[in-house]
Amino acid sequence: MNRNGILFWIGAILFLVAALMMTQVIGNQYPFFACYVILQFIVLAVAWSILGGYAGYVNFGTSAFFGVGVYTAVFLFKAFGAPLAVQIAAAAAVGAFLGFALGLLTLRMQGIFFSIATIALTIIIETSVTNWRFVGGAAGIQMQRPPVMAPFNSYVQMLFFVQALLVVLAVAIARYIQGSWIGRGLQALKDDELAAECTGVPTLRLKVLACVISGALMCAAGAPAAMYLQYADPSSAFNLNYSVSVLAMSLIGGTSHWAGPVVGAIVLGMTQQLLTVTISSEVNVLVLGVMLVLFVVVAPEGIIGLIRRAGRNRRGREA
Amino acid sequence: MIPGNGIGSPGVRKSGKRRPRAGQGGPQVFSFELLLDAVVIGVLLGCFYAAVSLGLSVSFGLLDVPHVAHPAFLVLASYAVFFLNDRFGIDPLLAGLLITPLLFVFGLAAYRLYYETFEKRGSDAGVRGIAFFFGIAFIIEVLIILQFGVDQRSVTASYIGKAWRIGDMRIPFRLVVAFVVAFALTILLALYLSRTFMGRAIRAVAQDQEALRLMGANPVRIKQWAFGIATAVLGIAGALLIIVAPVDPTLDRAYIGRTFCVVVMAGLGSMTGTLIAAIILGVAESIVLTLFGASWAPAISFAMLLGVLAVRPQGLFGRRS
Repeated sequence: MNRNGILFWIGAILFLVAALMMTQVIGNQYPFFACYVILQFIVLAVAWSILGGYAGYVNFGTSAFFGVGVYTAVFLFKAFGAPLAVQIAAAAAVGAFLGFALGLLTLRMQGIFFSIATIALTIIIETSVTNWRFVGGAAGIQMQRPPVMAPFNSYVQMLFFVQALLVVLAVAIARYIQGSWIGRGLQALKDDELAAECTGVPTLRLKVLACVISGALMCAAGAPAAMYLQYADPSSAFNLNYSVSVLAMSLIGGTSHWAGPVVGAIVLGMTQQLLTVTISSEVNVLVLGVMLVLFVVVAPEGIIGLIRRAGRNRRGREA
Repeated sequence: MIPGNGIGSPGVRKSGKRRPRAGQGGPQVFSFELLLDAVVIGVLLGCFYAAVSLGLSVSFGLLDVPHVAHPAFLVLASYAVFFLNDRFGIDPLLAGLLITPLLFVFGLAAYRLYYETFEKRGSDAGVRGIAFFFGIAFIIEVLIILQFGVDQRSVTASYIGKAWRIGDMRIPFRLVVAFVVAFALTILLALYLSRTFMGRAIRAVAQDQEALRLMGANPVRIKQWAFGIATAVLGIAGALLIIVAPVDPTLDRAYIGRTFCVVVMAGLGSMTGTLIAAIILGVAESIVLTLFGASWAPAISFAMLLGVLAVRPQGLFGRRS
């Protein structure tokens, strides 16, 4: 492992220790409620970037994966009373399968057609779940939280820590992909799919792989949400707002580096938490949309791009 | 977050509009009359879908602009019509006509912005262009919510609420109005694109931009004009949208499926194709609604869209092979 790798893992462990300490020290529940949402968006944004950032396939179906994660957890809990870990693992498996199906769609579709197809997938799955009586149908379903496990005092604290684990997992995977042949291959097919194919990059296999990984992570991130809200209904679990939020976070952060979506999710997630508390949730979506459009027009490389450019300028001046 | 009932609601409303006869609520038993009823309503509905898809057929089908915000523009036009009708009592169709020039200018500006920021710079325009229009769509949605609230809005006019009875069949008059106007609009636009100088220039730009440049014409200006036309058509289309059923701010999400389904099925840019594809969609929706109930309605257009994309991405009446 090189120096960067060691630093990364030390940082990750410090982050987890800090998260665990938080649950032991802070008694107030609100910080956990707020931070949980931000952590969840970090996982979603990082997962989105694996396909959307490296490979350049704009996935509007984040809400499809998220909702499938939620409802996998709901189904398993209602049918078998499965514990949280099983819910998340199963959601990841279902997400991987769904990602595989989505990956096969990319066989013939590129650009806008792929994006529209992902919206279509979202609505179709949402409609199917709406018509599925066992998990509550359109009216939604109430969830009773089981008793909390040892070091944690409350269920929300436990969910918070679980989501922190998922963040580390997602970032580690994204970081690995970026540095490996997978990332380079995806980058190549983003620039020119035909040229990549011609020079021997297995574009189809790479795309499907990216879809599978991205889908599994998104579903896993969605699974604890049912227990977090103690309630699930199709129109909020599959809400397109998840898609636009995650898209905005990734693009605002910058998709060329794994840190981009993390930064984007933290910045936008915190802004959203503040706005929702202080003003209203409509203004919150408005700010999100305006920032998305602004960044796409003015700073296409996102915050990471801005930082890099600033760094380059400084170095340029010193030289 | 906004209550996300936007996608579920239009289907439910449509069933309200189709008002099943006494004692026949919910999914109904299959019969020939019911099927005929569904087909007739479906054809009327289909022409209406053609009218709301025309603009997209030009902007996406001919100009290759990833215009995901088209349905949001449509709903915005509907709210403008609602405002004029509610405040000044102007007939919705006339109101739609009144806002047409405004929309045209809006379209010119929107394309200019899109061109300057994306098409001109070239690389990576795809990803960011889609995100750009998606963002615009959400901004419009929220602005409408802030201005008009999340409630459904509808217009008043003498022809809304009445119905024609033909034997056992009951045809809402508002659907007939929408059908006639939509049909006329489609024919007009098709004639414009095939008979006038500017219309032919627009189709030429879709076929070969470079050749047009060599002929001494400015393809950007022609595309800007075309995008203006595509947006201007939304005036009447928006009026029809709010005549056919009440609108709410998140209605655009359901119409992403309907309009893109129609345009992709039509084969990108063919006007007669648009009409036929829209009628197919209308009939399919209407039949599924009758047989399985309203809760499945939102998925139909998206499922058809997915099917067409997977099997025949160039559309049923494709201009590209």
